[in-house]
Formats: sequence, structure tokens, C-alpha cells
Amino acid sequence: MLLIVIVLTFLLLESASGDAVDAYLLSIGGGDATVAQSLRQAYGLDQSMLARLLLYVSSLARLDLGWSVAFDRPVLDLIIERLPNTLLLMGSATALSFGLGSALGIVAGARPESAGDRVLSTISLILYAIPSFWLGLVLSIVFAVELRWLPTSGIETIASGKAGFARAADIATHLALPVGALALIYMALFLRVMRAGMAEVWALDFVLFARSKGLSRSRIVLRHVARNALLPLVTMLGLQSAAMLGGSVVIESIFAIPGFGRLAQEAVGGRDAPLLMGIILVSAVLVICINLMIDIFYAALDPRVGAQEADA
Amino acid sequence: MTIANLSRRTLLQAGAALLASTALPTLARAQDAPAGGRLIVAADSEPKNLNPAIVASNGVFFIASKVVEPLAEAAFEGKDGLSPRLATSWEGSADGKSVTFKLREGVKWHDGKPFTSADVAYSALNIWKPLQNLGRLVFANLEAVVTPDATTAVFRFSKPTPFQLIRNALPVVSSVVPKHLYEGTDIATNPANVKLVGTGPFKFTEYKPGEYYRLTKNADYWNKGEPKLDEVIFRVLPDRAGAGAALEAEEIQLAAFSAVPLTDLARISKVPGIKVISKGYEGMTYQLVVEINHRSKELADLKVRQAIAHAIDKKFVVDTIFLGYAAASTGPVPKNAPEFYDSGVPAYDFDVAKANALLDEAGYPKGADGNRFSLKLRPAPYFNETKQFGAYLRQALAAIGIDAQLVNADSAAHQKAVYTDHDFDLAVAPPVFRGDPAISTTILVKSGTPAGVPFSNQGGYANKELDDIISKAAETVDAKARTDLYKQFQKLVATDLPLINVAEWGFITVARDSVLNVSNNPRWAVSNWADTALQS
Repeated sequence: MLLIVIVLTFLLLESASGDAVDAYLLSIGGGDATVAQSLRQAYGLDQSMLARLLLYVSSLARLDLGWSVAFDRPVLDLIIERLPNTLLLMGSATALSFGLGSALGIVAGARPESAGDRVLSTISLILYAIPSFWLGLVLSIVFAVELRWLPTSGIETIASGKAGFARAADIATHLALPVGALALIYMALFLRVMRAGMAEVWALDFVLFARSKGLSRSRIVLRHVARNALLPLVTMLGLQSAAMLGGSVVIESIFAIPGFGRLAQEAVGGRDAPLLMGIILVSAVLVICINLMIDIFYAALDPRVGAQEADA
Repeated sequence: MTIANLSRRTLLQAGAALLASTALPTLARAQDAPAGGRLIVAADSEPKNLNPAIVASNGVFFIASKVVEPLAEAAFEGKDGLSPRLATSWEGSADGKSVTFKLREGVKWHDGKPFTSADVAYSALNIWKPLQNLGRLVFANLEAVVTPDATTAVFRFSKPTPFQLIRNALPVVSSVVPKHLYEGTDIATNPANVKLVGTGPFKFTEYKPGEYYRLTKNADYWNKGEPKLDEVIFRVLPDRAGAGAALEAEEIQLAAFSAVPLTDLARISKVPGIKVISKGYEGMTYQLVVEINHRSKELADLKVRQAIAHAIDKKFVVDTIFLGYAAASTGPVPKNAPEFYDSGVPAYDFDVAKANALLDEAGYPKGADGNRFSLKLRPAPYFNETKQFGAYLRQALAAIGIDAQLVNADSAAHQKAVYTDHDFDLAVAPPVFRGDPAISTTILVKSGTPAGVPFSNQGGYANKELDDIISKAAETVDAKARTDLYKQFQKLVATDLPLINVAEWGFITVARDSVLNVSNNPRWAVSNWADTALQS
């Protein structure tokens, strides 16, 4: 499956007009034909498409991600350098949106059609409709430029010499706005799925049974309704992890965070095939791993999942 | 009397104290600017090769010019419009076959080794001439560099090379790098291309990819008392809105190269503590140009090209697209190059009726749908303004019955389509005038440049008369005669329209009021910043 991803990415990038040398010559404001020729030779761009694809796949088989032409550094180094920032951003945003989204979803779903439910549903719909770049800019103007509570951009204070806890706190204040912008939008999605799931479970027989047993309302909501409604939410979490990787491209650019998404954007602009393929490969592995984890979590949450297969 | 005197004196003192609060910034601009402080500047790109001796581009100079110095920098005042840096004097021979540079004494590289004429000779022969994007042209006929002593370098040329050109090109092509670090290595992959070692006021200290470059004070700088700043930090801010927000939040103090978009300037200029400066880019004028593919049947006709020139309202372009931060062009040399500029060239007033008449005359009557013919128009994506002008040009052409199909692409795709595949009829380009027409301007119209070279004549235009003027100027040593040739060149380009010059602009610097000595030379953003200071 990863091979299909590689070949498709390669062909897609090939079909874009212009190559890495075109992009480079423009960035330096021109150069003559001899320079272009020798650069193409140095990058191996004078060879045929098939030859380059084969070369790439064979070096990949030796776990060599290749050399980035736009940065003039090994692809692996670049990825290792940028990946932690993106994981931190994505991880915090996912945790925040999942936690807040499911909690508010439970509040809304505890009494479907109540006033509180209506307010939360409307707010979540508005949040979901806002584009992430706009939300990011507005948050930045309000909290960083006007109120100056938080920094406008970056991952940490420049050359601050901070270490340990002070550095972690510094990074946290820098991440507050981008995580907020990314999380608010996905939170809306989780809230709505949670609420819809709960509304559905309320109508089921076992809930009626629990009520007739005389269980308290809060116990029914948390133990019976919410727990069962959580299942589609967890499925959603796996699916959204891929989408959030895409959303981080925009957020990382706006908040100048040196992460994976921005690296991908620069790779496309510079027609840097090895780098882009490395990024897509690592992203694909990442999404597969997350979904694997979700599956395991799923089994823990719902005893039926593993049990049925064992019986069969 | 005494009492009266005393009270008057007290009053004067109080007045002076009051005045001081406003007068201080102006006073501090003089030699006694405060020392110390960290200047944080917005940067939007991270060049992979930072060596200005190899890559003479503004993106590289912006950072590298503080570390690696040229022989001379551009100046508003001073002999030949230059201020001496590593060279203290320069003189061309009458036959144009040699130029003698006297070099500064007591200069040390950042690693402590002395700077000598051997470094200049090595840089010129091994880097500027064979490897540098602009030096390949300027030093094409450089044969040898003779170094009679440690502070003299004599450049010898195989063919007469105009001293005027060398002089005008010095700020751009003459960055000197240390011989002892490059000799015997593969120059293209030398680690010093990224971790620069120079003689400049600042040392290259740290680069965190995607975050910042950190330059720190060179305590051993040859000019005692400089640099003023302790540190200069170039902070990478890729988003267009990022620099403005960071300036307002006082996280950075300066954004050059119009990092704050033109549309934000009116608002940000009203923010207390921020100044908007349009000075300091006179030595690198960008030109808004309509490139023409002369292979197209219609565009090969001069009348059609004249009609297009008449259809463009330059005033509208300057006022609406550039919001006034530009000037209308008359020809291929901008007004702020007074040494060469000639205003006496054919002008094309905005006149739609005349343009329509010219097209009728040329034999392209309007069809039933009001169109005469269709063209493919490719605006360069590098600046907001080139894209916006593309949209404007489409409308302007529609008014004279030319149906322009707008094709937008990203940088690499645009470069391939226009400069390699010639898949365009009209293109919008932003070439740069770099102080002398021979550096990067004549290449826009002369014939014989192979395909694949950006910012060159790829429209298939060939004019023997124009080619002859250009090659004659390339070997005319006498400055006056050479200037006259370039005046002829301007007339011919404006008459025959191999391309259409629409507007010319410099960039905008936005800085906090606390930054002193900003924009005090014509290439300030890419100069050494040794005298730049911060008011605490």
C-alpha cells in the first residue's frame, strides 16, 4: 500500500510543470543555461522519469529517504527536525478537541432539544463553518496584537537560553493560539457526533430498562448513554487524524511554526520530489499507526469487538 | 536683572528638557548613536546557499551582507555613488583592460586570519567569474588578478571592459570570501556557504531552520566603534500577515522588502511607534514589464504592440495596484538611474480610441462578438502586484477587442512555461534594474539567449540594430560614449517595443521608531547595517 502511495505521489509531482532547478533559478533571480544544465545533472534531473522512480524506490528499500534538493540536506534529517513540532501541535489539538468536544457533547446530549443543547449545537455549527486560517488570524489579532497576552508566532522565544520547565512553559504559551485555532474547529465536529450518538442511544430499550430500574439520571447519562455513544466518536478520531495533518499546513504557516505541514508546502513550491515523497510516506505511516491504536482502543471500549472474532 | 536672568535660564532649561524628548531621535542619528541591543527583523525565505559570492540575489544579501563584505557598497553621496568597504580606492585604465583596487589594511576574517589581496584574487577568479549568477557576465573577460602586494589587486581583462560597468556592479558582484577556507575544496558544497565566514560587522552565529538566523557583533571589526548592535536576528515569518502583526506586538522591530503588504501600510502607518519608509531601494529598482512573444503572428506586428501600450493606463496601475508606491515607466531604464536615464523616448499615452484605430489599421477588425483575436496571458506569481496587474491587463485588452486568457501558475510552473517552453503570448514579469543596463537589463531584449534562462528575452525578439548597440556598449570603455549608446538603446526599445515597460517600484521598509539609521543608502536592506542602532 505504501508503494502505491509513493508511485502516485511521484506521478502527481511529475505532472506539475517546472522542476526543482526552475524553482531554484527563480529564487536566486536568474542564471544562465550552463548553470541550469549543470544543476540538473547534479540533481539527476536529466535522467528519464522511470529511471528516477526506480532509483528512488530502490534507495527507499534500503531505508534511505534521499537528499532534499531545495534544502540541500538529507530528507531524514529535515523530517526528524520538523516532526516533533507537528506531533506536539496535532497531539495537543486532538486531545483538546476530543476532550472538550465529547464533554460538551455529553452536556448537550444529556437533555436533547433542551435550551442548553440548542445553544451548544448552534455554536458548534458556527465554529465548524469557520475556515481555520481565518480563525487563526482573528485569534492572533485579538490575543497577540491587541491584548498581548500571547506571542503572535513561532514555537519558542528566539535564542532565549531557557531550559527545562521554563522552556516547556515558553513552548506552551507559543502553542496556545495555534492549538486553540486547530482544536476549536475539530471540537465542533466531535461535539456534534457525540450529541447525535447520544440522542440515538436514548431511544434504545436498555436505556428504558435502566430508567425503570430506578438508576439516577447522571448514572444513566454517563455509564449507559455516553459510553455507547463514544464508539462512533473514536472512529471519527482515527479519520480526523489525517485531516488534522492537512489542517496543520495552514496553521503552521500562519503561526510560523517550523513543522511538517510547512515543510510540505515548501517542498511543493520548490518541486522537491524526494522531500515531498518522504513527507507523504511518513504521514502515511503516521496515519496507519494512529488507526491501529484506535482499533486497539476500540476493542478495550467495546468488549463485543474482540469477543465476536474470537468466537468465530 | 540677575533674578530675571536666572528665571529666564531656568525656563530655557525646562524648555530644552521638554524639547529633548522629541529631538532625541534626530540627534541620535548622528555618529553617537547608542550601542548595544538586539534587532529582530522579519525574513520570508531561507536560502539554501547563503554565499553572496556565488548567489548574488537580494534574498541572500539580505542576511549575508552583514557578514560578508563587498569591495564597495552603494551610497547616496560619495565618489561614483559608492562607499568604500574592503577596497579603499578603485581606478580603471584608459584602455579598459585593467582595474586597480587598493585594499583596506588591518582587516581580519572572523576566524582571525588576515584579509589580503590573495582573497580578492581567489574570489574573483574562482567564484565570481565561473560560478556567480551575475559575475559570470560582468567578469566574462577577466583573465588574471595580479597582487603586487597584500593591499593591491589589479584585475586584467582580455578584452576592453568598461570601468563604468565594473564600478556600478561592485555592490552586487564583489563579495569577498576567505581563500583559506575555500582553496582546494569543492566550492559548491563548502560548509562555509551555509555557516558564513566574512570580514563584516557581524559574525554568523546560529541558524535554526524554519525559525531564525542569529548574527552577533564582530568585536574586531575594522571600523572602530561599529557595529552598534550586539545582535541581529532574522526571524522566519512565512505568512504575509505575520510581519505586520509581529511589528505591532513589538516582537520584531523591522520588516524590509515589503514584507508588510502594501494594503496594510495605510493602517499600520497610523500605529504609534511605527514608521513606514519608502527610501533605501533606489539601487535595485523592480520594473513591471509586459513580456511579448514575437513568435505570435499578431504580436510580431509593431502596430499591435503599440496598441497594447496605448491600452494600458499607467496612472491607474500606479495609483490602484501599487497604491501610489511606484512610478510610471517610460522605457527600460528607470528614472532613479540618472546616469543613464533618458526621458526623450517615444511615449504611449493612455488612449483607447488610438489603440483601436491602430488595430484596425493592422488589419484585425472586431468580430461579431467584439473580439479581434485571443491571446494567452501569464502573469508572474512572485508578487501580489504582478498578479493584480495581470487581471487589470486582461480588462484593458478587452477594451480594445483583444481577448486575453489569463493563465495563473506557481513559480516553478511559470518559469518553465514562459522561459523554457515559450508557451505564452503575453507575460507579466518583474525584472530588476541593478545600477547598470548591462547587468540584468539588456538581456531582456537582446537575441541569442538559450531557452531556460529566467528573466531573459525568451519572446524570440531579434533586432540586429539593437543587438549591435548592446554589444558595442559592452566594450566601450569611455563612460560618456557608453552612456550615449544606452540612451540610443532606450530610444530603440521604446520605439520598437520588444517589451512594454509599465511601472517601476522600490520596496517598503516598516520599522519601529526605536530603530535608527534606517534606509541611509540606496541598497540599505542588503547593506552591512554597521551603523544601525536601537534607541533603548
